[in-house]
Amino acid sequence: MMSVLEEKHKLASRWFHWINFPLLLLMIFSGLLIYWANDVYRVGVGGITVFHFFPDWFYSATHIDHKLALGMAFHFALAWLFAINGVLYVCYTVVSGEWRELVPGKKSFGEALQVAMHDMGFKTPLPPQGRYNAAQRITYSLIVLMGGLSLLTGLAIYKPAQLAWLTALAGGYEWARWEHFWLTMAYVAFFGIHIGQVIRAGWPTFRAMVCGYDLAEAHHGK
Amino acid sequence: MANKLTAEQELQRKTRRGLLTLGAGMAAAVGGFAWLYPRADAEDIPGPLRSVLNFNERVVRRALYDNSHLAKTFPAREVGKLRANGKAGLGEPLDLAHWSVDLVKVGEKQASPRLTMAEITSALPRIEETIEFKCIEGWSAVTQFAGARFSDFTARFAAGSEKAPYVRMATPDGEYYVGLDMLSAMHPQTLLAWEMNGAPLTEEHGAPLRLVIPVKYGVKNIKRIGRIEFMEQRPGDYWAEQGYDWYAGL
Repeated sequence: MMSVLEEKHKLASRWFHWINFPLLLLMIFSGLLIYWANDVYRVGVGGITVFHFFPDWFYSATHIDHKLALGMAFHFALAWLFAINGVLYVCYTVVSGEWRELVPGKKSFGEALQVAMHDMGFKTPLPPQGRYNAAQRITYSLIVLMGGLSLLTGLAIYKPAQLAWLTALAGGYEWARWEHFWLTMAYVAFFGIHIGQVIRAGWPTFRAMVCGYDLAEAHHGK
Repeated sequence: MANKLTAEQELQRKTRRGLLTLGAGMAAAVGGFAWLYPRADAEDIPGPLRSVLNFNERVVRRALYDNSHLAKTFPAREVGKLRANGKAGLGEPLDLAHWSVDLVKVGEKQASPRLTMAEITSALPRIEETIEFKCIEGWSAVTQFAGARFSDFTARFAAGSEKAPYVRMATPDGEYYVGLDMLSAMHPQTLLAWEMNGAPLTEEHGAPLRLVIPVKYGVKNIKRIGRIEFMEQRPGDYWAEQGYDWYAGL
């Protein structure tokens, strides 16, 4: 059987993806250094706290305490790169037309449920798919949207007097900070699932994101 | 056919190249981060990060900042409890009877005049504002202040000095000090305040006179002002010297 190379991910997409990876990681890290100084968020009802972000053991294990100034400096320096990379990526998908393979359509939400059921081990058949399946379309579009929201809520916290309209749009300074925090927690959740899915899908999937190609069976004739 | 790589070989070649590029990129990212990450005993942030903070300041001052942009104000009933965070400069017992502000006009070295509270409060229109006081730590509290606009104060007691690019303020003992750009100091919501939430300022909140500058983080809202100095050079700043952004604008 003759094999041929099939392009899975364009060079530009791969660069955007792999540049974003360390940037997002460092944005989350520097964000943690900032958050430590006023760590008010929790999961709980009334006076009962199920989980406090973050428990003392987390701080003592990670040594992220007492580094607010450093965190702010890193955060406001890397935010430029994070924003530029993200904006360029969105422009690229629009100009190249790749957004058509990424943005979910009418059928995507029903299909995504089928994909999720299948991935969780139910005997649901997989719907036909293009480059990305319906669940991927929704997730990847959502993560881009969240990136935009992180940028906007971040600006609302950064300059609440100069960009008072933006802060008002976020529901005020305190809400903007709350939204910014939970968006970050959502990234962390996405990251966990994303890594799990890549491991499950196996080496060829990871390889395709690194080199852009995978093997496919050759089709004879024209 | 002999020279042509099979698809498998071609993929292997591409994979090797991709992994090398990715590895080099990640090594550069880790290396860059390690290079920028300061030693544990460092007081200030690394130079390149300081440069970016100063660059951000220039971008904001040129493209975003305007004295017509006001910090949001609130109805008085939304007033909450304001923490008293900073104690630097408040160590000495407060001697109200002998308290005065040393005012140094631009280009001068000597304080002239020395102003008493009565001189300040009687000469200037009283302004009330309820704003969201924002600490650099991340918390905020809606607080009402009353006092005089710093722009009115400057026009009345140091006319001409508003042309200086900077102003420095310090506590009487000199322990705490802030540097401010003149535009922010002249903002219509920037007050020299002597009342908070309907009562005279308490000692822990900066009696008898403190700065309220809602376009800056709390660290710039210096308490117990003992000296106001208009300057040509950018003044030092207590927290900027410990790694924080000098501008600290909101």
